[in-house]
Amino acid sequence: MMRFAILQFPASNCDQDCVHAIRVLGHQADYLWHKEESLGAVDAVIVPGGFSYGDYLRCGAIARFSPVMQAVRRFADGGGLVLGICNGFQILCEAGLLPGALIRNRSLQFRCEHIFLKTENRTTPFTVNIPEGRVLRLPIAHGEGCYFAEPETLAALEQNHRILWRYCNASGERTEGANPNGSLGNIAGICNERGNVAGLMPHPERACEPILGSDDGRLIFESVLSALNAGRAAA
Amino acid sequence: MTEPAITPELVAKHNLTPEEYAKILEILGREPSFTELGIFSVMWSEHCSYKNTKPLLRTFPTQSPKVLVGAGEENAGILDIGDGLGVAFKMESHNHPSAVEPFQGAATGVGGILRDIFTMGARPIAALDSLRFGEITNPEVRRLFSGVVGGIAHYGNCFGIPTVAGEVYFDRTFEGNPLVNVFCLGVLRHEQIARGQACGVGNPVFYVGPATGRDGLAGAAFASQDLTEESAQQQRGAVQVGDPFMEKLVCEACLELLATGAVAGIQDMGAAGLTCSTCETAGRAGTGIEIELTRVPQRAPDMTPYEIMLSESQERMLIIVHKGREEEVKRIFDKWDLPWSEIGFVTDTGHMVVKNHGQVVADIPARLIADESPVCEREAREPAYLREVRGFRLDAVPETTDALADLKALLAWPTIASKNWVYRQYDHMVRNGSTVCPGSDAAVIRVKADSVPALPADAPQPAPFADKFLAITSDCNAAHVYLDPYEGSKGAVAEAARNLVCSGAVPLGVTDNLNFGNPHNPELFWQLREAVRGLADGCRAFDTPVTGGNCSLYNQNPKGPIDPVPTVAMVGLIEKPEHITTQWFKDEGDAIILLGEPVDGEDPLLGLGGSAWLQVRHGRKTGIPPRCDLEQAGILHTTLLGLIRAGGIKSAHDCSEGGLAVCVAESCMSRLEARHSSRLIGAQVDLTPEPAPGPANGGEPTDKSPAAPAGNNALPSVRSDALLFGEGQNRVVVSCAELDAVKIVERARLMGVPARRIGTVGGEALRMKAGGLELSAPVAELHDIWWNSLGRAMA
Repeated sequence: MMRFAILQFPASNCDQDCVHAIRVLGHQADYLWHKEESLGAVDAVIVPGGFSYGDYLRCGAIARFSPVMQAVRRFADGGGLVLGICNGFQILCEAGLLPGALIRNRSLQFRCEHIFLKTENRTTPFTVNIPEGRVLRLPIAHGEGCYFAEPETLAALEQNHRILWRYCNASGERTEGANPNGSLGNIAGICNERGNVAGLMPHPERACEPILGSDDGRLIFESVLSALNAGRAAA
Repeated sequence: MTEPAITPELVAKHNLTPEEYAKILEILGREPSFTELGIFSVMWSEHCSYKNTKPLLRTFPTQSPKVLVGAGEENAGILDIGDGLGVAFKMESHNHPSAVEPFQGAATGVGGILRDIFTMGARPIAALDSLRFGEITNPEVRRLFSGVVGGIAHYGNCFGIPTVAGEVYFDRTFEGNPLVNVFCLGVLRHEQIARGQACGVGNPVFYVGPATGRDGLAGAAFASQDLTEESAQQQRGAVQVGDPFMEKLVCEACLELLATGAVAGIQDMGAAGLTCSTCETAGRAGTGIEIELTRVPQRAPDMTPYEIMLSESQERMLIIVHKGREEEVKRIFDKWDLPWSEIGFVTDTGHMVVKNHGQVVADIPARLIADESPVCEREAREPAYLREVRGFRLDAVPETTDALADLKALLAWPTIASKNWVYRQYDHMVRNGSTVCPGSDAAVIRVKADSVPALPADAPQPAPFADKFLAITSDCNAAHVYLDPYEGSKGAVAEAARNLVCSGAVPLGVTDNLNFGNPHNPELFWQLREAVRGLADGCRAFDTPVTGGNCSLYNQNPKGPIDPVPTVAMVGLIEKPEHITTQWFKDEGDAIILLGEPVDGEDPLLGLGGSAWLQVRHGRKTGIPPRCDLEQAGILHTTLLGLIRAGGIKSAHDCSEGGLAVCVAESCMSRLEARHSSRLIGAQVDLTPEPAPGPANGGEPTDKSPAAPAGNNALPSVRSDALLFGEGQNRVVVSCAELDAVKIVERARLMGVPARRIGTVGGEALRMKAGGLELSAPVAELHDIWWNSLGRAMA
């Protein structure tokens, strides 16, 4: 059984959903309070969605100073797997663990709906279990999910296959209409250079059971589990 | 500090009548201080005391074996849902604040209703909102609409509550006086129910949450008077500013604290803030309470006792703690970085005593201020406009010749058009429970182990329970209520129950929000009285007790009163996940069946009185609205639930605004796959009355179903537009596999429900026939109109 730490910031509100999803997958998930300075013995870290510190300044701008984020940085530096979802993605960008920024949706409105995702790189610890050509259907829920980065950063992301997911239509085509927030290049999720830290705006933890309308989110968590198992086997 | 002297002018300025002031003198046995006058004025406002509505509210059915906490006992009612679990829910209005400052007004409405639920010890798991605005073509209305929706989104999304259902109506009478009714539902174990009582003499009283400011001064009093340009200007400062981040922390900290067992009583500081929370907790417990104002955290300098007591600053809670366990409060609130202060203690004097620097500034018998609140017997007179309404005959409007144009106009009408512009701004999926999202007859929410507040890790953990599913909806066709308050209100309850049944749920209970005009106007008070009678009869018929609610009177502006709106929010329980049913057609070739009469055989204007069709196509809101036969409604609901449980029903959609044409069209196009991609499916439907039942029509009508013959073959002279667009009650369109169609029609008729096969699902077009009228259009074209109308109007 793998052990996931789910970070809890003031006003994280998808922490419980992440714990639920990991448990549905049959693994252990524990909350980790933002004032903690150590992660303990964990196999992977999830930075969940929500409105850390109310997002009054800039999404994730305060959370990145939390003691727990220093521990996450050390964990990531050591090769540990870190997944940031929604506000968690914003926090990882603010913390410099991922490049770029998430700015206000182009519609200037919060958007909650299902979207389709195309997986661009199926060799990372976050995507290995996603079948080729499979379009994922996941929910989004954010007001500031428009991915933005300098042209050089974008070029580097493209070149190193670090764009993991893009918004697409039901047939997997990248169209303007399929882009819910105006993200550059329809980018929905990326990873760092080493490939062990990833962030995405859609919510895989809300799509792990058929009763909720989609269980496509399992593929992302199962990828992480496969990668962890492979790591254990190699050790 | 000197307080102003009490003069008759000052008393009048506090909206207290000379009679009410005399009562204050009697209760106190002396002249009140300025602070006390303020306290009486907010406690005796309609918002807090229900002085105009109390006698009416007593007529609601409030009991059933499922009621754990009944109406009026606490901040919200609680119903048993089995396995030791309870569901707490309530609806409340924030109409006047939203008229003045739509964003903050709506946001703080959400904040208030969330607090009402977690104050009960329940974890809030779903919200819905019922909104009404003027015509969307008016730019000022669009500003209010977008502000209100933005405010609800801001507060609910940050807090992390899924806003899963609701309704939005647009009508001229709400111009300048929008209605914002917000509802929240939470779940808990029976033993987790918390009480708003100041129990235990000597127990310390804690104030937790942010500091008190001058915002929201006497908002309850503001909500209890007519809205005028002048009052709005003056009262802009009476609208509070919400902080959902703070509320989320306060909620989590309170639930964590409640789990320790250190809490003797808890109450939120909502309307009338510190005043109401101290009076009510002491009043309920039969104790007294004493507080020292210098210990109340204050945001503004030099606040007077009057201001501190009447402030409605948000996100504050009053907690009475078992003596000796103060450290637990401090530990938990420090953990969450929340301000707290011990401000007083419980006494045995029966008095609410307020001190400032040790000096008494108010000393009032706590129970008397609540129990002795004035009760007003208002005069009621049937409104004059009803004569014209009753005189309306259908031959005043020509029978339609272009049914497709009518249908398109109805689908584009903002009240009927898809509300995706609204609900896509709300996080409606957080908490992993949204099983049926906005866009079907009712939302369905899953209750799972982590939906109830957690117990401390070291406490014995309760037995696990299987996931439960709750359906929630809110309904009220205000045009029908305006034209006949009694029938219209019965209809609101029946429609809510029908929506729940269509989603597979057994209705459990109701919370209502009475939005009416000035009760001093006898005609408006008559509307209120008749509406309450209708709601009460409806709730009795479906065995759905009213567990609480809210009254918002004085909803009018210089242009006149609003249409009366007794909003009904209803909660139901779905026995098994396989009973969950949605409104959209599923598969090509499925049979479409109408349960209920196509039109009212006895004709109250064949369902066109007050209909959307009459309003949209003829610009008239008149005519006798549809009758609501509650007995027949009960039979329909039992029958449909039986059919759903038996397993054959693939979709069920309630027929309401826009009639069968809109109902069938929605069944073809409301299944949302993802952003802007809906799964569309066509249908062929024939509503023409058939004299002889064909083979697909099932068995012969029997004597036991007297309504059946009328449904089958006795409608030679019915207007075709009434068949398509009439809004008669007690109708549901269901679909099922072709093989099951005959059986389902037979079973329904056997139960006494008129039933008829009306068509088949399939193709890419919607084709409908009704007598001499026919319409045909690609579903994609209808979908574009229905899906985008609101967004285009707001662009």
